[in-house]
Order: sequence, then C-alpha cells, then structure tokens
Amino acid sequence: MAQASGSIRFILNETEIALSEVAPAATLLDFLRLERRLTGTKEGCAEGDCGACTVLVGRLADDGRNGESLLYESVNACIRFVGSLNATHVVTVEHLAASDGALHPVQQAMVDYHGSQCGFCTPGIVMSLYGLWLTNDNPSRAAIEKALQGNLCRCTGYEPIVRAAEAAAKERPSAIFDPITRTRETVAARLKVFQATETIVIGPGEDCLIVPADTAGLATVLAENPAATIVAGSTDVGLWVTKQMRPINPAVFISGIAELQRIESSGAGLTIGAGVTYTSAFEALSSAFPSFGPLLDRIGGDQVRNMGTIGGNIANGSPIGDSPPPLIALGATVTLRSKDGSRTLPLEDFFIAYGKQDRRPDEFVESIFVPALPAGDRFAAYKVTKRRDEDISALLGAFRISLAGDRVETARIAFGGMAATPKRAKAVEAALIGQPWSEETVRAAQAAFETDFQPITDWRASSAYRMLAAKNLLMRFFLENVGEKAQLQRFEDVA
Amino acid sequence: MDKSTFEEPQTIAGPMHSELRHDSAHKHVAGTADYIDDIPEPAGTLHGALGLTDRAHAEILEMDLSAVAALPGVVSVLTARDMPHSNDISPTHLHDEPVLADGRVQFHGQPAFAVIAETRDIARRAARLAKITYRDLPHRIDVADAMAGGGELVTPPLTLQRGDAEGELERAPRRLKGRMRIGGQEHFYLEGHIALAIPGEDDEMTVWVSTQHPTEIQHMVAQVLGVPSNAITVNVRRMGGGFGGKETQGNQFAALAAVAARKLRRAVKFRPDRDDDMMATGKRHDFLVDYDVGFDDAGNILAVQATYAARCGFSADLSGPVTDRALFHADNAYFYPHVKLTSQPLKTNTVSNTAFRGFGGPQGMVGCERIIEEVAYALGKDPLEIRKLNFYGDKDSGRDITPYHQKVEDNIIRQIVEELEASADYQARRAAIVDFNRSSRVIRKGIALTPVKFGISFTLTHLNQAGALVHIYKDGSVHLNHGGTEMGQGLYTKVAQVLADSFQIDIDRVKITATTTGKVPNTSATAASSGSDLNGMAAFDAARQIKERLVAFAAERWQTTAENVTFVPNHVKIGEQLVPFAEFVGQAYIARVQLSAAGFYKTPKIHWDRAAGRGTPFYYFAYGAAVSEVSIDTLTGEYLVDRVDVLHDVGRSLNPAIDIGQVEGGFVQGLGWLTTEELWWDEKGRLRTHAPSTYKIPLASDRPKIFNVRLAEWSENAEKTIGRSKAVGEPPLMLPISVLEALSMAVASVADYRECPRLDTPATPERVLMAVERLREKA
Repeated sequence: MAQASGSIRFILNETEIALSEVAPAATLLDFLRLERRLTGTKEGCAEGDCGACTVLVGRLADDGRNGESLLYESVNACIRFVGSLNATHVVTVEHLAASDGALHPVQQAMVDYHGSQCGFCTPGIVMSLYGLWLTNDNPSRAAIEKALQGNLCRCTGYEPIVRAAEAAAKERPSAIFDPITRTRETVAARLKVFQATETIVIGPGEDCLIVPADTAGLATVLAENPAATIVAGSTDVGLWVTKQMRPINPAVFISGIAELQRIESSGAGLTIGAGVTYTSAFEALSSAFPSFGPLLDRIGGDQVRNMGTIGGNIANGSPIGDSPPPLIALGATVTLRSKDGSRTLPLEDFFIAYGKQDRRPDEFVESIFVPALPAGDRFAAYKVTKRRDEDISALLGAFRISLAGDRVETARIAFGGMAATPKRAKAVEAALIGQPWSEETVRAAQAAFETDFQPITDWRASSAYRMLAAKNLLMRFFLENVGEKAQLQRFEDVA
Repeated sequence: MDKSTFEEPQTIAGPMHSELRHDSAHKHVAGTADYIDDIPEPAGTLHGALGLTDRAHAEILEMDLSAVAALPGVVSVLTARDMPHSNDISPTHLHDEPVLADGRVQFHGQPAFAVIAETRDIARRAARLAKITYRDLPHRIDVADAMAGGGELVTPPLTLQRGDAEGELERAPRRLKGRMRIGGQEHFYLEGHIALAIPGEDDEMTVWVSTQHPTEIQHMVAQVLGVPSNAITVNVRRMGGGFGGKETQGNQFAALAAVAARKLRRAVKFRPDRDDDMMATGKRHDFLVDYDVGFDDAGNILAVQATYAARCGFSADLSGPVTDRALFHADNAYFYPHVKLTSQPLKTNTVSNTAFRGFGGPQGMVGCERIIEEVAYALGKDPLEIRKLNFYGDKDSGRDITPYHQKVEDNIIRQIVEELEASADYQARRAAIVDFNRSSRVIRKGIALTPVKFGISFTLTHLNQAGALVHIYKDGSVHLNHGGTEMGQGLYTKVAQVLADSFQIDIDRVKITATTTGKVPNTSATAASSGSDLNGMAAFDAARQIKERLVAFAAERWQTTAENVTFVPNHVKIGEQLVPFAEFVGQAYIARVQLSAAGFYKTPKIHWDRAAGRGTPFYYFAYGAAVSEVSIDTLTGEYLVDRVDVLHDVGRSLNPAIDIGQVEGGFVQGLGWLTTEELWWDEKGRLRTHAPSTYKIPLASDRPKIFNVRLAEWSENAEKTIGRSKAVGEPPLMLPISVLEALSMAVASVADYRECPRLDTPATPERVLMAVERLREKA
C-alpha cells in the first residue's frame, strides 16, 4: 500500500492552500461551504445538473504552441473532488466584487437587467457568465445559451440573464476591476510550482487518495491497488459519492496527467488521450467530423464538458454514453495500458455487457484512435432527448456510409439507448449494403431495426418511441444526404 | 384612498409604479444573500436526514434501526412515537398526514424515521442502514388506477352547475366527447427544503425555515411539540424559490427539526438531499379530464360537461382547494350557456400533491382550451375564431356569468386579444405557416393565440387578510415588516415601494426585514398571487395610521389645519414651510407621537358558498394572452419554440421590471410544465424522475427564441387595490398553453387540420411524434 506523502496545493481566490489531509471523497463544494465558509456557492442538486455550485477552476493547459496557458473553466463544485485540485486556481463568486464592494461588470449587468429573482441560482449563473466573459468579447445568443446550458434558473425564464450577458460583454477584462486578469501571471507561476512531479498520496492505507504525476506512475499505482477507483472528470464518479454514498477509496485522480490530455492529428486520424475533456476535444473532433460538434455541444453543460472526459465516457461503459456510438461508427479503437504494456482493440468490442467492459482492474484507458473519414464517406450523429440540451439521450444514432456509384458500399451504424451497451445495427447495415442509396432502400432497411434492437421503456422514452425514432433517424440521415431539411436548428451559427 | 400619495409629482427614489431592481439583487450576484443554509450555525448544531421507505403501500411489520443508531456520529433516531404531542401535520386538520409513517406506508419514499447526527453526511449514511420489514398492500398510482379501484377521495368533491348541461348536450347540433391527460409538475425551487430549529428557554423554539407560510409552520411545530403557538417563532428572510412547494411542505422538516432540538437541547438542521426532497414532497396535481361539449356549426358552445379527476396522493393536503380552483378555471375566458363541472380529488399511493403556482387553475384552463380545439378542428376553423366567438360578454350582456355564478365585471379579454392579434401579426403569420406546411415534408410549424383569465383571491375567504408592522425611528429611517414572504417574486421590494411612496421618502430609507411570526401574527400563506395585494395594502394602512398621527401633530405644532400638511419628496410640507422628513420625525418623537403602527387589510366584497357552488370567490380577474409559434420535426417529435408574443394585464403595475420578470418567468415555468417536465412512476410506484438529471425543467435554450413581452399599460384595476395594480404571480404561467396549441396545430398539419391531435401534456417529443403517427394513420 502506498505511503502517505505530500499535499494537495492550490489557490482559492487569493489564498494559497496546502492540504495534507483530504478525504478521498471530499467535494470542493463541501470544502468551500463547510470548511472555508464561502457560502456564496450553493448546493442545488449535488449531481452536476443545476449549476448553482458553479465555480471557475484555472489550470495550466497546453496552448497549442508548445507552451502553457492558464485556462479558466466553469465546473460544478458539487461533484469536483478536492483531491483533483492540485495545481489549480479555484475562483468563487466571492472573488469577483472589489474589496470596496463594487460589483464586477458581469454582476452589475445581472443587477441592471433584473437577472435575479430568488437569487439562489444567481452565483452559479454569474460564474458561468464570467467564464464566458473572459473568453468571448461579443457572444452571440447561441454562445450565451451554450454557456448557460449547465445552469438552471426556475424564476426568470432566462431572458434577462441573456440580456445581461450581452450587456456585460461591452466591458472588457482589465486589471483594474477583474481579479483574474490582475493575477494571471503570478497565478500561472505558482501553479507551475504546484505541479506534481511525483505521485502524491494522502491518507492511511486503503482510505487514501492518490494523484499520479504521469502515466507510468498511474500504471504502478493500479498494479498496486487493483481496487482503486480511477477518477478523471468525476462527472460520473461524483454521483457515486453524492447520491449512492459509495466509497471510492483508494481514489486515483488522473486529471492532472498531461500525457493523457494530448490530441494528436495525422493523416491517418486522431489520437485522443483518455483525459481529454469534451471541451478540449471539441475543436479536433468537430473539424474532422463536422457532425460531431453539435453532438458534443449537447453533452451536459459547459461545467460537465469542462470536466468530463471521452476516456471516462468510454471506460464507464454506460449504454447511454454519447461518445461511443459515433466513435464506433467511425471505426475507433481504444488503447488500454497497464504496467505490463498496452493493448488496442476495436471500441465496439470493449463493451461486453451492461456495466461490463473489457478492462482489467490494473488497466486504464490510455487513448482512443479515430481513423480519418475517407473522402466521400458520409457521417452523421443524432441525439434525441426530452429536453434539447443537458439531457441524457433517449437514443443516439450514428451513421456512416460510403457509396460506390449510386449503391451503398459500406455502412457502419451504431446506437446508444437502444440496448444494454452501445451497439452496432448490423441487420440495418446489411439491409443497406449493396442497395441503391434511395428512399425505398431506407424504408426497407427500417424494418431491420427490429432485428437489431429490443429497446426498453423507461422515464426517458418508451420502447415504441425509441424504435420508431431510431428508424426515422435513418430516414433523417438519408434526407439530409440528399439535401432536404430534416432537422431543427435553433441557430444557424453556433459560434 | 389617499390621493395625495399617488398624484403628487414623484421625485423620490423608488416610488410605486417605478422600475426598481429587486431589493436583494446586489447580494444575489455577490453571493452575500443569506439563505438558511448560509446562516452561521449555532455551536453544536446537529443535522437530520429522513429515513425513506421503499414501498408504495405496505404495512410496516418491523423497523430495525439498530444499525442506524450504531453508526458513529449518530445522536438520535426518531420515529412516529417520538413526536411529543402529535404525529399529525395535516394542514387541513383532517388528521391524514403523519410527520413520520406510523405502521403503514402510503407512498414510495414516505419518511418513517429520522436520523440526527453530528454531520449531515453521517445522518445521510445512517438513514440507509435501516432494515424495514413490510407486508405489501395493493397500490394505486395514477388517476386511472384510482378510478378503477373505486375512486376513493381524499376530500369532498365540488360541483359547479348552471343551466341544464345534460339536456342541452342532447339537443346540441354537434357534440364531442374526449379525455385529456394533464401531467403534474415538480416545483424544482433551486433551494430545497430546509429548517433550522434552535431551542430557547422553557418551551421556546425559534425555527428558521424556507417557507411560504410561517404561521402554519408555527402552528404545526406547536401542535407536534404540544406547546402554545406563542412559544414558537418562525423566521424567513428569503427563499430560493417556492412556487407553492413551500406552502405546506416545509411542515415536516420544521416539525422534525423542532422535535429533535427539543429532545436534544441543541440546534438541529434538516436539509434533505435534492432526490429526497423530490421524492418526499408534493407536486402539482396531474389530472384526467373527461369532457363533453355541445356546439353549433358556427362554433358557438352551447353546453359543457366535464369531470376533473386529480391524482391527490395519499392525503388531502391542499387538494380540496386545488381541485376547486381547477373547476373555477374550467371556463377560462369563455361563457358556457349551460355547464356542469365536477371535481374528483382521488386518493393514490403517491406523495401528497400540493400547491403549485396556479393551484389547479392551469389544469382547469388546459382542459378548457382542449375543448376549444376540439370544436375548431371538428369545424375546420382556426381555434382563435372559436375563442373569440365564445368570450365572456360585457357586463350585464347576459353572457357574463361564470359557472360559479359570479359576474365577470372587469372583462378586458377581447381588448387584450385583439391588440395582441394585431401587434403579433397573427393572421398573416398563420397564413404563411399554413403555406409553409404544404411544402415542408419533415419540419412543420404551428401558431396559436390563447387567452388567460385568472381569478384573484383565496377561495377560502378568511385567508384574504394580512398584517404589517411599520416603525419610524427617531432618525427618520423606516422599519418594514409584513406577513408576506419573499421567494424571489419581488414582494419585499413592492411593499417597500408602497411605504416609500406613502411617506414620500427615498426607498433606501426603508429597511426590509425578515418575515417573522413574532412581528405579524396569524398570516396567510404567501400564495394565490395575493402577496402584494394583501401585504401592500396592510403596509399602506400602517403608513396611513402613522401619517394621520403625524399630520395631527404638525397641525397642532405649526398651528394650521390638517389639509395644509402634506408629505412631499423627503420632506413634510406644512403650509409654505418644508421640513426635512428626518427632522420632522425627530420633533414628533419629542412631542410623544407614536411612530409605530400595525396595519391590517381584508379583501372586500368576496364570499363563497361551497356547498351551493355559488358566490363571488374572486375580487377581480387578471387577463393576458400569448401568441406562440413553434416548429416540430415529424421524424422525432422534437420541437423548437420560435417566437412568443405576450400581452399581459397587471393593472397599473407597481413595478414594471418585476412584473415583466414574473410574466417571463411564469411563462417559461409553464412552458416546462407543458412540454419537457415529465413525472414518471414505475410499476412499483417509484418516482423515477427525482433529480434534475431525469426531470427536465427549461434551460436558457428552451425559452422562446424571440420573446416579446408587454404589459397592457392602459389597464387599471377596476377594484381599489394597492395603486390599482393586479396580482401577477400565477396568471402568466398559463400563457404557454399557446405553445401546447401551436404544437398541436403543427401536428394537425399532417392531417390537413381536420383532426384534433389530442396532444396530452407534457407534450414531450415522444407525445408529439406519437400524435403525428396517429394522425397520419387517420389522414
């Protein structure tokens, strides 16, 4: 068992914190509210859905130019573990106003435009808008709505909040009134110092948390602690703690491992490190596979996308995870690593049964490789939910075909929400291959869905609806291929 | 009313009718507004958690709580037998609602014990360690189940009747019958329930609780503890949202916190986890409406007969008045020449449903608008045409009598609808949409204009009373307290405006203080949209009393007559002399003038005879209308709300900024209710949508893409309300019925608008797609 050593070091607003005692399951929200009495950050749901606990977390990230930049992202403090905070800067709502009480422009705009009523969601909304304000000087309504996807407000109907966001953008970051602008360089320097160079272990015996510094360290830790819980973005694991009250010790926090956050692009395709968040993967995935972008934008809200990882979405094997179906349709492979080496397998083979994946306890998901889409291949992914944004899929269909002349030559179709695992629609594929790419073919192939799937009825959708919508998504794919409008879009531009 | 108050030129900051920001806005955005969980806890505060049962209906054979009690950090475990005096918190005194289940579980998630521990985390962990042995009993979950099982009621039903509905239905040239399912709704206040009880000397107990009804909390805590009400003080400065969910549902948490605090002589806090809150507290009632309408070929409605059956849950709670209010709004804005309406408040093995913004009115109105749709689609007409044809007429037109025999005397619905129809360009847009639908294969559009007429007053007449306590201190600063509670609706701000206006002083001279049973007793819940009507008038009355004394003092001191003493901005004008307000007050104090008053108000005119189904339950009506345009995807049922135009009547607005906020917010909340918010129980009676991950309230991206909201600036309340304003809390929630009907029109397009889509609510993408399929088969 690992020896206790080191501490978790981070900056909270203007204060440097070094914790040598941290429970593996201690959340940032409880730390803020109970230990630091920073009660501006609220608990609304304790599951990362309402955004009342939104704070910004700054971290050093690859800036794409062989350097590092200090990146501030909104996260849900309720499902963020303190153990994952090493070398970060946590910014709460208390940090925004000046010491004389003068409000920050984002706060002032919320007041001026009547953006609060009961006020309970407001600190979280202020923090989400602050995150947007830092990076976007002229946000479109689409961008504002995207920044607010992870924040629920039950009073205002959001209209005044959106107006406030537009108004706040007119005032740009300045060291005079903006605390993050003021301290960017000093904070970056301190975080550099805090970055772990060797494994941090806190807590006795099994009741410990471990923060490996690199993948080799992670492999060693897992070899020694096969019962460990690997925690990347904690958008799933967080709920095991807050809702199911499951122990996660020994908890291994991997969000600081730089090697797992790489994205490599080559002619052959994209290699995405398992620790790459949805937000970080957005640009690479959406430029290589345009249909991927709008899909990623509908996974959680910004807070979840800023924490949640593609690797975690795969490793946890949920039948309703949103990234596996499109990745399977694209022919992705997954690479697992342990102390004994690496192995690579087709992603679809990784999912064995409900809750059962092809991963040994000492292995971790290291990366995903997505082959480039050959010229002429058509690909699209469609997510269907009760509520358009920040909702878990009732079903999700990903389609990829290639044509030879007017006939379907290859077809890879995968669905989530239709079976106990993300699953290929092989009968549908067979019904398409070799046939003319026509509405008649599509209609004939729709029947094959009943061979491939027997979906369940639950609170997200009935079995009948899932089946009908799945069939119709194939029709949508066809109609869009032939240039017909077959999908609703709230905004033309999502920038 | 004192005309000088309203007609003097206003140069003070924050008079009535001005766009003032919410009094706590700067604290909300800075994170410094304290909610109950933010108040520093007294040393040694303990934390409670509910022990929830997991059967819908069962006898408890054995409850083994030894493991619960044994967890280190657990201080006490409470069961029904630990309630010192009474285990009953039935708000209607029907003795049907226990604090903790005693021997019998009546819904899945009903609390049967409570754990008190050193930390909240320990309490929550311990609560899961109970071993309860049950003997299952048959359960009935939804309305249809309850009807099939004999239709046991939780409270007596109501019938409203006028004319001979049955006979006229027989004679009508056309007749249609149908059934509509209307879903319930979770409040999803962002701040969940919370109570902090702090024991005092003797039998005293102070309880901080997130409640809309401090007086009821006081009475319930007193009842459970077996002490007089004067021993209990209940405080609340603000709630993080209420929406009706904190009218009665806080009783349980307050009672448990107080019982534990009394027993352990330590402060005790209860803050249930969101999932527990959603499982253990009541929601909006879902309804099954069976309707029967007779009409002629022109679309004139001749007779309506309808039954409104509601899922009330295991106890009455407020289901009586809720189902009553459904019937009071089953006419919406339409005159029914012959009508018979019956409620059926059904008992089910589900959590006891409760108040929710609109209080049954929205369900009544949705059922009514379905009837309008049926008539329109049967005749191949625009539903708006049918609406206009059937509106209530002017006063004494013979078409002004409601099913409860109250005359509609302030009818402005025609004016509202016609103005909106023109300003939203309804007719041209509808024609364009019909045109679009002809050529669009997958995407279809719909548009609808629906009206709202909502009755204002508690239908239980005695609740229409309120008190306020106003002090002026020697320095001229004013302390305001009243019986209303602040849940975000801006009540505190509006009442402060009333005082600022009355005394003609800048609003920052008025200190708004937390609602407490110690200052204003025997209050009604802040509910039924009544907050500013009642408390504004009570504060106005308190100011009037103090002003009368001040005027008398001035007349004597300056040797003039009362008419020569007026309150002008931040001064008192005596003859030609202007005295600064603070200085004037200081002199009044020296002259031993009482500078404090308790104000009181009771709504005039109203009365209601429930047994006869006759009376004037409402002081006045609030009106409004909305036009909504939507697009649907006929392959998946997904949809977008493209544009909404609202024209809403708040009389002469006390604060247009706050009122527009209520209209926009109410609209989006109602939109959620009618579209994506779905409560889903499984066959075991378990609510499976008990967290925001599964229960989907609207996001920013669900609000109408274009959202034009206007107040009817020309409207003034015909009754003498505060500043001639009207209530605004609930009525806007019903404006998005226009969205439901626009979705319905888009669906109807697949069958050439000849078939009523009968879209039930919530109109999820699934219901929309299934309606499209059904109509396609018929077309």
